[in-house]
Amino acid sequence: MLQHSIQLHSIDYILLVTYFLFVLGIGFVLRRTVSGSKDFFESGRSLPAWICALGFIGANLGAQEVMGMAASGAKYGMMTSHFYWVGAVPAMVFVAIFMMPFYYGSKARSVPEYLKLRFDEKTRGFNALTFACMTIMSSGISMYALAKLLNAILGWNFHGCILVSGVIVLAYIFMGGLTSAIYNEVLQFFLIVFGFLPLVLLGLKDVGGWDGLVAKLVKPAVDAGFAPGTWTHSWAYTGSASTNPMGVEWFGLAMGLGFVLSFGYWCTDFLVVQRAMAAKDMGAARRTPILAAVPKMFFPALVILPGLIAIALHSAGGNFQLPSKNGGLDYDMVVPTMLAHYFPTGMLGLGLTALMASFMSGMAGNVTAFNTVFTYDLYQGYIKKDGSDAHYLAVGRATTVVGILASMAAAYAAASFNNIMDILQLVFAFVNAPLFATFLLGMFWKRTTGHGAFFGLISGTVAAAIHHGLSLPHGATAGIKGGWLGAVHVYPSEMAQNFWTAIFAWSTCFVATILISLATRQKKTDEELGGLVYSLTSKIKERDARWWQRPALLGSIVLALALVLNLLFW
Amino acid sequence: MHLDVRIPIGLLFVVFGAILALFGVFSGPAIYQSHSLGININFAWGLVQIAFGAVMLWLAYRGRKAKV
Repeated sequence: MLQHSIQLHSIDYILLVTYFLFVLGIGFVLRRTVSGSKDFFESGRSLPAWICALGFIGANLGAQEVMGMAASGAKYGMMTSHFYWVGAVPAMVFVAIFMMPFYYGSKARSVPEYLKLRFDEKTRGFNALTFACMTIMSSGISMYALAKLLNAILGWNFHGCILVSGVIVLAYIFMGGLTSAIYNEVLQFFLIVFGFLPLVLLGLKDVGGWDGLVAKLVKPAVDAGFAPGTWTHSWAYTGSASTNPMGVEWFGLAMGLGFVLSFGYWCTDFLVVQRAMAAKDMGAARRTPILAAVPKMFFPALVILPGLIAIALHSAGGNFQLPSKNGGLDYDMVVPTMLAHYFPTGMLGLGLTALMASFMSGMAGNVTAFNTVFTYDLYQGYIKKDGSDAHYLAVGRATTVVGILASMAAAYAAASFNNIMDILQLVFAFVNAPLFATFLLGMFWKRTTGHGAFFGLISGTVAAAIHHGLSLPHGATAGIKGGWLGAVHVYPSEMAQNFWTAIFAWSTCFVATILISLATRQKKTDEELGGLVYSLTSKIKERDARWWQRPALLGSIVLALALVLNLLFW
Repeated sequence: MHLDVRIPIGLLFVVFGAILALFGVFSGPAIYQSHSLGININFAWGLVQIAFGAVMLWLAYRGRKAKV
């Protein structure tokens, strides 16, 4: 066990405290820029593209990502890169080029509000409610994971960690609103890069560079019963589900992860979309996800590589050993173990600060998305429609406090029910996977009706639940992992089951929305749908812009780069 | 008036870099010999951070001058 294995010294604490002072300082300085609800929830739509872009990935760069991708790198090898090169990058280019004109160009201030303008009240209400619940749960789980980790490796008090992290995030959002959250995400982005890059460089030097790593990764692959190169190739062993550790074949991977899950997340999740909507003009809003895709595509070097190095060192049997848990390796400890192994006092403080920064940026992203959706879509939508702007600003601030308190409650819930993480993942798969079908049809087929969207979404969610109830990952027992309707099909891995649940949910929603739309009457006129649907919106002229400002060109360059990376690590 | 985000970023990294580089100089090799492959990573990475922070501050300074 890694119980209290890291000893911090005063220099490490100095770095940590300095960082917290900066975080609070940013909020303090920005409090004067907040004069209305638009400043608080939308940053006054005033930020340049590069800041929004770094906020865009910063908000997503929670610790679940940093620690989870390293864990996945150790467990599945280079195939983890699909989350970036097949998943995130194409979806980010798509949202920039095709969807941002409707999000930013319409009067909507949030993703649920777009659904209200495009479809109807019930579709908005459904999306706003599920989204609000998910953000609170994610933020709470982030908090819980941070407190649990600090408690395990440093022996810090669990309750103290929850309280301090909650209060700091609350303070800087309360003062500076979305701008403060985004500025801190930018800071956190650089901190994570500077905290993890030396870890990767030292690790690579230790294993003898990339070639040395490839050679050392033969053993874990062969030990697990796969071909020698399985851990260092992304596509080569996806011909069949049985020849790779993820247990998925290329179709489930490309369709489930690459299409449904990634597009569902990057194109419809208000947490990320909100960052692009804070941009100062349409051009900047569209460039935001594309600019974000550039560092994103190189992130595997920062987050997956430590996992590869860790498993290589572990199976070489030297003085680096991963802790074990329940008979297997505790992959979640890859990052803390690597930090303790390679960083001396001083750098260790920087590494831990980066880790804490990532936890807090994940929390703050959820809380700012929650307070906006709650205030605009639930409070203004259903409780008080005609309040003054100052009133909604006050409600937004109060909601931030409530959001943090609810996150703390969720953190304690996570501590007492050990399967709450599985539940969240399930809810996420059930609700988010079909959503992309709704948006795709809503934005590109003007005949899609409100009833079609709403009942299509419900059928997609039900289809996800049924598929989950009828299937089971290999080696699991019926229950939260699936099979509660009687397992008809057994998937080689949980990942494969997730991907296929998403594929079923999306397809059902897509077909049901079309059928119901054809059977129901379109209540919205073409005028009402202007700016919300592709065929009824005037095309944006790009000819006047400089070449580096044209989203279509930038997007093509980014996609070409991602393709090259796929081929390089095939 | 908006705060230029490059200022706090630049300041933070200059401060972090300075703390780590100085610590690296004065702490002696015992601290890093058993970790970081015998490299004085505190000192080396401290310098990198100072350089990055300085570039950020310079960009912010240039941006301010361009506006005036």
